[in-house]
Amino acid sequence: MREIDAQQVTATVRKLFIEANTTLGQDVLSALKRAITKEESAIGRQVLEKILQNAAIAREGSLPLCQDTGLAVLFVEIGQDVRIVGGDLRGTIEEGVRQAYADGFLRKSVCDPLTRENTKDNTPAVIHLDMVPGNQLKIIAMPKGGGSENMSRAKMLTPSAGIDGIKKFVLETVEKAGANPCPPIVVGIGIGGSLEHACLLAKKALLRETGSPHPADPRLAQLEEELCGQINALGIGPAGLGGKVTALAVHAEMAPCHIASLPVAVNIQCHVARHQEAII
Amino acid sequence: MNDKSKMSANEVLSIRTPLKADVCASLRSGDMVLLTGSVYTARDVAHRRLYEALKKGLPLPIDLSTATIFYAAPSPTPTGRIIGSIGPTTSYRMDVFTPALIEHGLRGMIGKGSRSPEVVEAIKQYGAVYFGAIGGIAALTAQCVKRIERVAYDDLGPEAIRRLTVVDLPLVVINDTLGNDLYLSEQSRWRIIPE
Ligand code: SF4
Repeated sequence: MREIDAQQVTATVRKLFIEANTTLGQDVLSALKRAITKEESAIGRQVLEKILQNAAIAREGSLPLCQDTGLAVLFVEIGQDVRIVGGDLRGTIEEGVRQAYADGFLRKSVCDPLTRENTKDNTPAVIHLDMVPGNQLKIIAMPKGGGSENMSRAKMLTPSAGIDGIKKFVLETVEKAGANPCPPIVVGIGIGGSLEHACLLAKKALLRETGSPHPADPRLAQLEEELCGQINALGIGPAGLGGKVTALAVHAEMAPCHIASLPVAVNIQCHVARHQEAII
Repeated sequence: MNDKSKMSANEVLSIRTPLKADVCASLRSGDMVLLTGSVYTARDVAHRRLYEALKKGLPLPIDLSTATIFYAAPSPTPTGRIIGSIGPTTSYRMDVFTPALIEHGLRGMIGKGSRSPEVVEAIKQYGAVYFGAIGGIAALTAQCVKRIERVAYDDLGPEAIRRLTVVDLPLVVINDTLGNDLYLSEQSRWRIIPE
Protein backbone atom coordinates (compact mmCIF):
# COMPACT_ATOMS: atom_id res chain seq x y z
CA MET A 1 0.00 0.00 0.00
CA ARG A 2 1.27 3.43 -0.92
CA GLU A 3 0.14 6.16 1.41
CA ILE A 4 -0.80 9.60 0.05
CA ASP A 5 -1.36 12.46 2.45
CA ALA A 6 -4.80 14.07 2.19
CA GLN A 7 -3.20 17.51 2.39
CA GLN A 8 -1.24 16.80 -0.76
CA VAL A 9 -4.48 15.97 -2.55
CA THR A 10 -6.07 19.21 -1.36
CA ALA A 11 -3.07 21.26 -2.47
CA THR A 12 -3.07 19.57 -5.89
CA VAL A 13 -6.79 20.15 -6.48
CA ARG A 14 -6.40 23.79 -5.40
CA LYS A 15 -3.53 24.34 -7.82
CA LEU A 16 -5.25 22.56 -10.73
CA PHE A 17 -8.43 24.65 -10.52
CA ILE A 18 -6.54 27.94 -10.32
CA GLU A 19 -4.33 26.90 -13.22
CA ALA A 20 -7.21 25.62 -15.35
CA ASN A 21 -9.14 28.86 -14.86
CA THR A 22 -6.25 31.14 -15.79
CA THR A 23 -4.34 29.18 -18.44
CA LEU A 24 -5.64 27.85 -21.73
CA GLY A 25 -3.99 24.60 -22.88
CA GLN A 26 -1.49 24.63 -25.76
CA ASP A 27 -3.79 22.36 -27.76
CA VAL A 28 -6.65 24.88 -27.53
CA LEU A 29 -4.33 27.79 -28.39
CA SER A 30 -3.07 25.91 -31.46
CA ALA A 31 -6.62 25.07 -32.53
CA LEU A 32 -7.56 28.76 -32.23
CA LYS A 33 -4.54 29.78 -34.32
CA ARG A 34 -5.49 27.26 -37.00
CA ALA A 35 -9.04 28.63 -36.87
CA ILE A 36 -7.80 32.15 -37.69
CA THR A 37 -6.25 30.90 -40.92
CA LYS A 38 -9.51 29.13 -41.85
CA GLU A 39 -11.94 31.89 -40.92
CA GLU A 40 -13.08 33.97 -43.89
CA SER A 41 -15.29 36.39 -41.98
CA ALA A 42 -13.39 39.52 -40.96
CA ILE A 43 -15.38 39.90 -37.73
CA GLY A 44 -14.89 36.18 -37.06
CA ARG A 45 -11.13 36.61 -37.29
CA GLN A 46 -11.31 39.62 -34.95
CA VAL A 47 -13.19 37.54 -32.39
CA LEU A 48 -10.58 34.77 -32.59
CA GLU A 49 -7.75 37.30 -32.19
CA LYS A 50 -9.46 38.70 -29.09
CA ILE A 51 -9.80 35.22 -27.63
CA LEU A 52 -6.03 34.72 -28.00
CA GLN A 53 -5.36 38.19 -26.58
CA ASN A 54 -7.58 37.36 -23.60
CA ALA A 55 -5.68 34.12 -23.01
CA ALA A 56 -2.40 36.06 -22.89
CA ILE A 57 -3.78 38.67 -20.46
CA ALA A 58 -5.25 35.98 -18.21
CA ARG A 59 -2.04 33.96 -18.10
CA GLU A 60 0.19 36.95 -17.40
CA GLY A 61 -2.06 38.46 -14.74
CA SER A 62 -3.19 35.13 -13.27
CA LEU A 63 -6.77 36.24 -13.98
CA PRO A 64 -9.77 34.06 -14.80
CA LEU A 65 -10.12 33.58 -18.59
CA CYS A 66 -13.86 33.84 -18.14
CA GLN A 67 -15.98 35.30 -15.33
CA ASP A 68 -17.80 31.96 -15.24
CA THR A 69 -15.16 29.88 -13.52
CA GLY A 70 -17.47 26.93 -13.66
CA LEU A 71 -18.92 24.10 -11.75
CA ALA A 72 -15.95 22.09 -10.44
CA VAL A 73 -15.98 18.78 -12.32
CA LEU A 74 -13.27 16.24 -11.50
CA PHE A 75 -12.22 12.92 -12.94
CA VAL A 76 -10.25 11.06 -10.32
CA GLU A 77 -8.53 7.70 -10.85
CA ILE A 78 -7.27 6.10 -7.70
CA GLY A 79 -4.88 3.15 -7.90
CA GLN A 80 -6.11 0.21 -5.85
CA ASP A 81 -2.79 0.13 -4.01
CA VAL A 82 -3.24 3.69 -2.72
CA ARG A 83 -4.46 4.62 0.74
CA ILE A 84 -5.35 8.22 1.55
CA VAL A 85 -4.21 9.15 5.05
CA GLY A 86 -5.30 12.11 7.15
CA GLY A 87 -8.73 12.57 5.59
CA ASP A 88 -11.33 11.03 3.31
CA LEU A 89 -10.78 11.37 -0.42
CA ARG A 90 -13.98 13.20 -1.33
CA GLY A 91 -13.75 15.61 1.60
CA THR A 92 -10.14 16.28 0.71
CA ILE A 93 -11.03 17.09 -2.88
CA GLU A 94 -13.90 19.37 -1.83
CA GLU A 95 -11.48 21.27 0.41
CA GLY A 96 -9.13 21.77 -2.55
CA VAL A 97 -12.02 23.20 -4.59
CA ARG A 98 -13.03 25.48 -1.71
CA GLN A 99 -9.47 26.81 -1.38
CA ALA A 100 -9.00 27.30 -5.14
CA TYR A 101 -12.20 29.33 -5.50
CA ALA A 102 -11.43 31.45 -2.42
CA ASP A 103 -7.70 32.01 -2.93
CA GLY A 104 -7.82 32.27 -6.73
CA PHE A 105 -10.58 34.93 -6.75
CA LEU A 106 -12.73 32.54 -8.77
CA ARG A 107 -16.48 33.03 -8.98
CA LYS A 108 -18.70 30.88 -6.79
CA SER A 109 -21.36 29.68 -9.18
CA VAL A 110 -23.05 26.82 -7.32
CA CYS A 111 -26.54 27.13 -5.86
CA ASP A 112 -29.54 25.20 -4.56
CA PRO A 113 -31.54 24.20 -7.65
CA LEU A 114 -34.86 25.36 -6.22
CA THR A 115 -34.19 28.25 -3.85
CA ARG A 116 -31.22 29.38 -6.03
CA GLU A 117 -29.31 30.18 -2.85
CA ASN A 118 -25.55 30.24 -3.47
CA THR A 119 -23.46 27.71 -1.51
CA LYS A 120 -20.78 30.46 -1.37
CA ASP A 121 -17.71 28.24 -1.81
CA ASN A 122 -18.39 26.57 -5.17
CA THR A 123 -18.92 23.19 -3.58
CA PRO A 124 -20.17 20.55 -3.89
CA ALA A 125 -17.94 19.51 -6.76
CA VAL A 126 -18.98 16.86 -9.27
CA ILE A 127 -16.48 14.07 -8.65
CA HIS A 128 -16.22 11.06 -10.95
CA LEU A 129 -14.20 8.46 -9.06
CA ASP A 130 -12.70 5.45 -10.73
CA MET A 131 -10.58 2.69 -9.22
CA VAL A 132 -7.72 1.51 -11.41
CA PRO A 133 -4.70 -0.82 -11.03
CA GLY A 134 -1.49 0.68 -9.64
CA ASN A 135 -0.33 2.95 -6.84
CA GLN A 136 -0.93 6.40 -8.27
CA LEU A 137 -3.64 9.01 -8.00
CA LYS A 138 -4.64 10.87 -11.16
CA ILE A 139 -6.71 14.03 -10.87
CA ILE A 140 -8.25 15.92 -13.77
CA ALA A 141 -9.82 19.28 -12.92
CA MET A 142 -12.40 20.61 -15.39
CA PRO A 143 -14.19 23.85 -14.50
CA LYS A 144 -17.35 23.69 -16.65
CA GLY A 145 -19.16 26.87 -17.63
CA GLY A 146 -22.95 27.05 -17.50
CA GLY A 147 -23.53 28.66 -20.91
CA SER A 148 -22.17 25.74 -22.90
CA GLU A 149 -23.39 23.07 -20.47
CA ASN A 150 -26.94 24.43 -20.86
CA MET A 151 -26.81 23.78 -24.60
CA SER A 152 -25.88 20.10 -24.13
CA ARG A 153 -28.43 17.34 -24.72
CA ALA A 154 -28.95 13.59 -24.52
CA LYS A 155 -31.45 11.38 -26.28
CA MET A 156 -32.34 7.71 -26.37
CA LEU A 157 -32.50 6.97 -30.10
CA THR A 158 -33.92 3.74 -31.50
CA PRO A 159 -31.37 1.31 -32.95
CA SER A 160 -32.92 1.86 -36.40
CA ALA A 161 -31.96 5.56 -36.25
CA GLY A 162 -28.34 4.44 -36.69
CA ILE A 163 -25.40 6.65 -37.52
CA ASP A 164 -27.60 9.03 -39.53
CA GLY A 165 -29.82 9.56 -36.50
CA ILE A 166 -26.74 10.34 -34.40
CA LYS A 167 -25.45 12.88 -36.90
CA LYS A 168 -28.85 14.54 -37.16
CA PHE A 169 -29.13 14.86 -33.38
CA VAL A 170 -25.65 16.37 -33.04
CA LEU A 171 -26.24 18.90 -35.83
CA GLU A 172 -29.62 19.85 -34.44
CA THR A 173 -28.08 20.39 -30.99
CA VAL A 174 -25.34 22.68 -32.29
CA GLU A 175 -27.75 24.58 -34.53
CA LYS A 176 -30.19 25.21 -31.67
CA ALA A 177 -27.32 26.37 -29.46
CA GLY A 178 -26.37 29.12 -31.92
CA ALA A 179 -24.39 31.90 -30.27
CA ASN A 180 -25.30 30.82 -26.72
CA PRO A 181 -22.38 28.49 -25.85
CA CYS A 182 -19.65 30.97 -26.95
CA PRO A 183 -18.50 29.47 -30.25
CA PRO A 184 -16.07 28.32 -31.53
CA ILE A 185 -16.99 25.25 -29.53
CA VAL A 186 -15.61 21.78 -28.93
CA VAL A 187 -18.30 19.12 -29.32
CA GLY A 188 -18.11 16.01 -27.14
CA ILE A 189 -20.24 13.09 -28.27
CA GLY A 190 -21.02 9.96 -26.25
CA ILE A 191 -22.58 7.03 -28.08
CA GLY A 192 -23.91 3.88 -26.44
CA GLY A 193 -23.82 2.59 -22.88
CA SER A 194 -26.76 3.63 -20.72
CA LEU A 195 -28.23 7.12 -20.43
CA GLU A 196 -25.70 8.29 -17.83
CA HIS A 197 -22.82 6.44 -19.46
CA ALA A 198 -23.42 8.23 -22.78
CA CYS A 199 -23.33 11.58 -20.94
CA LEU A 200 -20.12 10.64 -19.17
CA LEU A 201 -18.51 9.52 -22.44
CA ALA A 202 -19.47 12.85 -24.02
CA LYS A 203 -17.85 14.76 -21.18
CA LYS A 204 -14.71 12.60 -21.19
CA ALA A 205 -14.42 13.13 -24.95
CA LEU A 206 -13.81 16.82 -24.18
CA LEU A 207 -10.62 15.93 -22.32
CA ARG A 208 -8.84 14.62 -25.41
CA GLU A 209 -6.19 16.84 -27.02
CA THR A 210 -8.27 19.35 -28.98
CA GLY A 211 -8.58 18.36 -32.62
CA SER A 212 -6.79 15.02 -32.43
CA PRO A 213 -8.81 12.24 -34.10
CA HIS A 214 -10.08 9.24 -32.15
CA PRO A 215 -6.91 7.22 -31.51
CA ALA A 216 -8.38 3.71 -31.69
CA ASP A 217 -11.59 3.57 -33.73
CA PRO A 218 -11.40 4.73 -37.36
CA ARG A 219 -15.22 4.80 -37.54
CA LEU A 220 -15.28 7.44 -34.82
CA ALA A 221 -12.40 9.37 -36.36
CA GLN A 222 -14.38 9.53 -39.60
CA LEU A 223 -17.58 10.55 -37.83
CA GLU A 224 -15.70 13.35 -36.04
CA GLU A 225 -14.26 14.71 -39.26
CA GLU A 226 -17.54 14.56 -41.12
CA LEU A 227 -19.53 16.20 -38.33
CA CYS A 228 -16.93 18.92 -37.87
CA GLY A 229 -17.32 19.82 -41.55
CA GLN A 230 -21.10 19.87 -41.33
CA ILE A 231 -21.12 21.92 -38.12
CA ASN A 232 -18.83 24.48 -39.70
CA ALA A 233 -21.18 24.64 -42.68
CA LEU A 234 -23.93 25.88 -40.35
CA GLY A 235 -22.43 29.38 -40.55
CA ILE A 236 -22.78 30.21 -36.83
CA GLY A 237 -19.16 31.38 -36.63
CA PRO A 238 -17.07 32.86 -33.79
CA ALA A 239 -19.34 34.47 -31.14
CA GLY A 240 -22.27 33.50 -33.36
CA LEU A 241 -21.63 36.50 -35.61
CA GLY A 242 -21.38 34.36 -38.75
CA GLY A 243 -18.41 32.59 -40.24
CA LYS A 244 -16.65 29.40 -41.21
CA VAL A 245 -15.45 28.28 -37.78
CA THR A 246 -18.20 27.16 -35.43
CA ALA A 247 -16.40 24.13 -33.97
CA LEU A 248 -12.70 23.84 -33.19
CA ALA A 249 -13.10 20.07 -32.93
CA VAL A 250 -15.54 17.20 -32.57
CA HIS A 251 -14.56 14.33 -30.27
CA ALA A 252 -16.61 11.13 -29.99
CA GLU A 253 -16.42 8.18 -27.62
CA MET A 254 -18.42 4.97 -27.77
CA ALA A 255 -19.41 2.00 -25.59
CA PRO A 256 -21.56 -1.08 -26.26
CA CYS A 257 -25.23 -0.64 -25.39
CA HIS A 258 -28.45 -2.61 -24.84
CA ILE A 259 -29.98 -4.35 -27.88
CA ALA A 260 -33.03 -2.11 -27.50
CA SER A 261 -31.25 1.25 -27.34
CA LEU A 262 -28.98 3.75 -29.00
CA PRO A 263 -28.17 6.43 -26.40
CA VAL A 264 -26.43 9.57 -27.64
CA ALA A 265 -25.23 12.56 -25.65
CA VAL A 266 -23.76 15.83 -26.86
CA ASN A 267 -21.71 17.84 -24.38
CA ILE A 268 -20.88 21.29 -25.67
CA GLN A 269 -17.72 23.02 -24.54
CA CYS A 270 -17.08 26.71 -25.19
CA HIS A 271 -13.79 28.01 -26.58
CA VAL A 272 -12.61 28.45 -22.97
CA ALA A 273 -11.92 24.70 -22.96
CA ARG A 274 -10.36 24.32 -19.52
CA HIS A 275 -8.83 21.24 -17.96
CA GLN A 276 -5.62 20.48 -16.09
CA GLU A 277 -4.35 17.23 -14.70
CA ALA A 278 -1.80 15.92 -12.25
CA ILE A 279 -0.55 12.54 -11.14
CA ILE A 280 0.48 12.00 -7.53
CA MET B 1 -15.56 36.55 -49.71
CA ASN B 2 -13.57 38.58 -47.23
CA ASP B 3 -15.97 41.48 -47.10
CA LYS B 4 -19.00 39.25 -46.99
CA SER B 5 -19.66 40.57 -43.53
CA LYS B 6 -21.20 44.01 -43.77
CA MET B 7 -20.19 44.66 -40.17
CA SER B 8 -16.49 44.87 -40.94
CA ALA B 9 -17.13 47.69 -43.37
CA ASN B 10 -18.85 49.84 -40.76
CA GLU B 11 -17.01 52.39 -38.73
CA VAL B 12 -17.12 52.11 -34.95
CA LEU B 13 -19.56 54.47 -33.23
CA SER B 14 -18.90 55.94 -29.79
CA ILE B 15 -22.06 56.15 -27.71
CA ARG B 16 -22.86 57.03 -24.09
CA THR B 17 -25.31 55.99 -21.44
CA PRO B 18 -27.98 56.95 -20.58
CA LEU B 19 -28.98 55.95 -24.10
CA LYS B 20 -31.10 58.66 -25.68
CA ALA B 21 -34.21 57.73 -27.64
CA ASP B 22 -32.85 59.16 -30.89
CA VAL B 23 -29.57 57.24 -30.49
CA CYS B 24 -31.46 53.98 -29.99
CA ALA B 25 -33.63 54.70 -33.00
CA SER B 26 -30.61 55.37 -35.18
CA LEU B 27 -28.63 52.24 -34.23
CA ARG B 28 -28.76 49.43 -36.75
CA SER B 29 -28.20 45.73 -36.43
CA GLY B 30 -24.51 45.17 -37.29
CA ASP B 31 -23.27 48.54 -35.99
CA MET B 32 -20.09 48.23 -33.96
CA VAL B 33 -20.13 50.54 -30.96
CA LEU B 34 -17.91 51.58 -28.06
CA LEU B 35 -20.09 52.21 -25.04
CA THR B 36 -19.12 54.64 -22.27
CA GLY B 37 -21.02 55.42 -19.07
CA SER B 38 -22.97 53.61 -16.35
CA VAL B 39 -24.48 50.18 -16.75
CA TYR B 40 -26.07 47.87 -14.17
CA THR B 41 -25.19 44.21 -13.84
CA ALA B 42 -28.21 41.95 -13.33
CA ARG B 43 -28.92 38.36 -14.28
CA ASP B 44 -31.21 35.48 -13.37
CA VAL B 45 -32.40 35.95 -9.78
CA ALA B 46 -32.04 39.76 -9.87
CA HIS B 47 -34.34 39.79 -12.89
CA ARG B 48 -36.93 37.70 -11.14
CA ARG B 49 -36.86 40.05 -8.16
CA LEU B 50 -37.15 43.18 -10.31
CA TYR B 51 -40.01 41.60 -12.23
CA GLU B 52 -41.87 40.55 -9.09
CA ALA B 53 -41.47 44.02 -7.59
CA LEU B 54 -42.89 45.57 -10.78
CA LYS B 55 -45.86 43.22 -10.75
CA LYS B 56 -46.61 44.07 -7.13
CA GLY B 57 -46.12 47.77 -7.73
CA LEU B 58 -43.27 47.93 -5.21
CA PRO B 59 -40.39 50.41 -5.58
CA LEU B 60 -37.33 49.12 -7.50
CA PRO B 61 -33.78 49.40 -6.15
CA ILE B 62 -32.67 50.91 -9.47
CA ASP B 63 -34.22 53.50 -11.76
CA LEU B 64 -35.06 51.57 -14.91
CA SER B 65 -35.88 54.57 -17.06
CA THR B 66 -33.28 54.86 -19.85
CA ALA B 67 -31.12 52.30 -17.99
CA THR B 68 -28.76 49.79 -19.58
CA ILE B 69 -28.37 46.32 -18.09
CA PHE B 70 -25.34 44.11 -18.64
CA TYR B 71 -26.26 40.44 -18.13
CA ALA B 72 -23.14 39.67 -16.16
CA ALA B 73 -21.75 38.51 -12.84
CA PRO B 74 -18.05 39.30 -12.50
CA SER B 75 -15.54 37.09 -10.74
CA PRO B 76 -14.32 38.47 -7.37
CA THR B 77 -12.01 41.48 -7.49
CA PRO B 78 -8.39 40.46 -6.87
CA THR B 79 -6.37 42.64 -4.50
CA GLY B 80 -5.20 45.82 -6.18
CA ARG B 81 -7.58 45.62 -9.14
CA ILE B 82 -10.81 47.43 -10.02
CA ILE B 83 -12.81 44.35 -10.91
CA GLY B 84 -12.35 40.65 -11.58
CA SER B 85 -13.04 39.14 -14.99
CA ILE B 86 -16.34 40.11 -16.58
CA GLY B 87 -18.32 39.18 -19.66
CA PRO B 88 -21.84 38.48 -20.89
CA THR B 89 -23.97 35.57 -19.78
CA THR B 90 -26.53 34.00 -22.13
CA SER B 91 -29.49 36.36 -22.51
CA TYR B 92 -32.41 34.04 -23.29
CA ARG B 93 -32.80 33.18 -19.60
CA MET B 94 -33.87 36.78 -18.95
CA ASP B 95 -36.41 36.78 -21.82
CA VAL B 96 -39.47 36.03 -19.68
CA PHE B 97 -38.82 39.13 -17.55
CA THR B 98 -37.45 41.48 -20.20
CA PRO B 99 -40.58 42.84 -21.96
CA ALA B 100 -41.93 44.10 -18.60
CA LEU B 101 -38.61 45.79 -17.83
CA ILE B 102 -38.50 47.41 -21.26
CA GLU B 103 -42.07 48.62 -20.76
CA HIS B 104 -40.87 50.32 -17.56
CA GLY B 105 -38.06 52.18 -19.28
CA LEU B 106 -35.16 49.78 -19.75
CA ARG B 107 -33.42 50.90 -22.92
CA GLY B 108 -30.17 48.97 -23.38
CA MET B 109 -29.32 45.31 -22.85
CA ILE B 110 -25.91 43.69 -23.18
CA GLY B 111 -25.55 39.92 -23.41
CA LYS B 112 -24.89 37.03 -25.76
CA GLY B 113 -27.20 34.85 -27.82
CA SER B 114 -30.62 35.26 -29.44
CA ARG B 115 -33.71 36.77 -27.80
CA SER B 116 -37.32 35.61 -27.87
CA PRO B 117 -39.83 37.04 -30.36
CA GLU B 118 -41.49 38.84 -27.41
CA VAL B 119 -38.25 40.64 -26.53
CA VAL B 120 -37.56 41.52 -30.17
CA GLU B 121 -41.08 42.96 -30.38
CA ALA B 122 -40.68 44.97 -27.15
CA ILE B 123 -37.39 46.39 -28.46
CA LYS B 124 -39.24 47.57 -31.56
CA GLN B 125 -42.25 48.91 -29.75
CA TYR B 126 -40.40 50.86 -27.04
CA GLY B 127 -37.28 51.87 -28.94
CA ALA B 128 -34.75 49.81 -27.00
CA VAL B 129 -31.61 48.04 -28.23
CA TYR B 130 -29.91 44.69 -27.62
CA PHE B 131 -26.14 44.64 -27.86
CA GLY B 132 -23.97 41.53 -28.15
CA ALA B 133 -20.68 41.27 -26.32
CA ILE B 134 -18.14 38.53 -26.95
CA GLY B 135 -18.32 35.74 -24.38
CA GLY B 136 -15.27 34.16 -22.83
CA ILE B 137 -12.85 37.10 -23.15
CA ALA B 138 -13.54 38.34 -19.65
CA ALA B 139 -9.99 39.27 -18.60
CA LEU B 140 -9.81 41.56 -21.65
CA THR B 141 -13.31 43.01 -21.17
CA ALA B 142 -12.50 43.84 -17.53
CA GLN B 143 -10.04 46.46 -18.80
CA CYS B 144 -13.01 48.58 -19.94
CA VAL B 145 -14.42 48.77 -16.41
CA LYS B 146 -13.20 51.78 -14.43
CA ARG B 147 -15.44 51.55 -11.40
CA ILE B 148 -17.74 49.09 -9.65
CA GLU B 149 -20.31 49.97 -6.94
CA ARG B 150 -22.70 47.83 -4.95
CA VAL B 151 -26.32 48.73 -5.60
CA ALA B 152 -28.76 46.03 -4.50
CA TYR B 153 -29.44 42.39 -3.66
CA ASP B 154 -26.04 41.85 -2.05
CA ASP B 155 -27.26 38.53 -0.69
CA LEU B 156 -27.06 37.17 -4.23
CA GLY B 157 -23.27 37.24 -4.13
CA PRO B 158 -21.94 37.26 -7.71
CA GLU B 159 -25.49 37.81 -8.99
CA ALA B 160 -26.01 41.07 -7.05
CA ILE B 161 -26.89 44.28 -8.90
CA ARG B 162 -23.87 46.54 -9.29
CA ARG B 163 -23.26 49.77 -11.13
CA LEU B 164 -20.28 49.68 -13.48
CA THR B 165 -18.61 52.65 -15.07
CA VAL B 166 -17.33 51.49 -18.44
CA VAL B 167 -15.19 53.23 -21.01
CA ASP B 168 -15.23 52.15 -24.66
CA LEU B 169 -16.83 48.78 -24.04
CA PRO B 170 -16.82 47.10 -27.51
CA LEU B 171 -20.28 45.85 -28.53
CA VAL B 172 -22.25 45.05 -31.65
CA VAL B 173 -25.92 45.85 -32.19
CA ILE B 174 -27.87 42.59 -32.51
CA ASN B 175 -31.55 43.65 -32.37
CA ASP B 176 -32.56 47.16 -33.44
CA THR B 177 -35.80 49.16 -33.43
CA LEU B 178 -36.66 47.92 -36.93
CA GLY B 179 -36.80 44.32 -35.77
CA ASN B 180 -33.55 43.25 -37.44
CA ASP B 181 -31.56 40.40 -35.90
CA LEU B 182 -27.85 40.21 -36.58
CA TYR B 183 -27.42 36.57 -35.49
CA LEU B 184 -30.11 35.47 -37.94
CA SER B 185 -28.88 37.56 -40.83
CA GLU B 186 -25.16 36.81 -40.47
CA GLN B 187 -25.55 33.13 -39.71
CA SER B 188 -27.79 32.53 -42.72
CA ARG B 189 -25.41 34.56 -44.87
CA TRP B 190 -22.54 32.21 -43.96
CA ARG B 191 -24.57 29.00 -43.93
CA ILE B 192 -23.63 26.56 -46.71
CA ILE B 193 -25.84 23.59 -45.93
CA PRO B 194 -29.61 23.71 -46.51
CA GLU B 195 -31.90 24.55 -43.57
S1 SF4 C 1 -19.91 29.43 -22.21
FE1 SF4 C 1 -17.75 29.36 -21.60
S2 SF4 C 1 -16.83 31.21 -22.46
FE2 SF4 C 1 -19.04 31.47 -22.50
S3 SF4 C 1 -19.49 32.60 -20.63
FE3 SF4 C 1 -19.76 30.40 -20.18
S4 SF4 C 1 -17.76 29.69 -19.43
FE4 SF4 C 1 -17.44 31.67 -20.37
